[in-house]
Amino acid sequence: MTHIKVLGPGCAKCKTTYNNVLEALKQTNREAQVEKIEDIEEMMKYNVMTTPVLIIDDEIKVKGRVPLSSEIVDILKN
Amino acid sequence: MFHWIQQLADWLIYAVFGLTPETHLAKALNFFVYDTLKILILLFLMVFLMGVINAYFPVERLKNYLTQNKLFGLEYMFASFFGAITPFCSCSSVPLFIGFVQGGIPLSVTLAFLITSPLVNEVAVAMFLGMFGLKTTLIYVTSGILLGTIGGWILGKFHLEPLLTDWVKKLVAQNQQHIPYQEEKTSFKQRLPNITRGAWQIVKSVMVYVILGIAIGAAMHGYVPENFFEHHLGGAQWWTVPLAVLLAVPMYANAAGIVPVIQVFVAKGIPLGTAIAFMMATVGLSIPEATLLKKVMSTKLIAIYFGTVTLFIIVSGFLFNVLL
Repeated sequence: MTHIKVLGPGCAKCKTTYNNVLEALKQTNREAQVEKIEDIEEMMKYNVMTTPVLIIDDEIKVKGRVPLSSEIVDILKN
Repeated sequence: MFHWIQQLADWLIYAVFGLTPETHLAKALNFFVYDTLKILILLFLMVFLMGVINAYFPVERLKNYLTQNKLFGLEYMFASFFGAITPFCSCSSVPLFIGFVQGGIPLSVTLAFLITSPLVNEVAVAMFLGMFGLKTTLIYVTSGILLGTIGGWILGKFHLEPLLTDWVKKLVAQNQQHIPYQEEKTSFKQRLPNITRGAWQIVKSVMVYVILGIAIGAAMHGYVPENFFEHHLGGAQWWTVPLAVLLAVPMYANAAGIVPVIQVFVAKGIPLGTAIAFMMATVGLSIPEATLLKKVMSTKLIAIYFGTVTLFIIVSGFLFNVLL
């Protein structure tokens, strides 16, 4: 089971990232546990300075920008 | 550089729409078409440029630079300068803040970064370039950087560290960890699509404000008489600067749309210093950012921080009214 985390305090960019993750999962027909982390203290455990952040299986894949759903599909496939 | 846009606007309004030049409507429409095109092009170029800079100079690298180098007081200016060229959205301000203080950068230097960053952002700069030209933009950018530098330095004199929230203090007290920065191993060519898309997303998100602002500005240009504000607001009265700053705070979300309107205010008699103070207060003093910072700063520290910035904006407004 893939674990996906989206880090962001809740601005528009962070929401778009979260929606793009859901969209990518739908396109690839994959099951994953998706978590949206909005709490700053929790977020700081990952040592990031710019949001939104996309973490897949504890590895930071994208930070500081909104990935397109197609990009997330590519990351998921690799 | 933008001559061709003027020709395009003239052609559209006078030839295609068949309006008579010199009428109020034709003037307003011409202004609207010309300015909208010019601003949107400038905006895209500016945001794109910032994206390129950011790809090569991300905040992690800046953090490491500031923690590893002894700068003998110049760190305030560096932090402020990098605040100007590093674009980040306001919801990143808290993680960024923590990353800085946790990395061992003094709170006051972090505040210097935090003051300048929203003041001199790519959207504000593009709007200023388009509406006021290069000279005024340079004045705006320089004063934004000076404001952060001096503001951070002065705040440093107050030793505000005890006013951080407890969990941040705990983070700072823990070993000041150094995380080596790992550069993304992607070529410029690979990054280009992301940068372009990012730029387009930003332009798209502010486009409606820009168009609205220019539309209001265009209407005012056509219909508000010259020197209107000088007659009715008394021009350079001392209270116009603090009043402008006060009025600007709730305008935060529409920063992009505000420049075209203040440009008309200036054209019709409001002093430039007052306009610059208004713009700085719009982007620099935002209630959403204050609420976010609540997580890391005590209310007292937020009040001191915003109070200092407000004071400095007012002072620079006065200064420009005298100097310009």
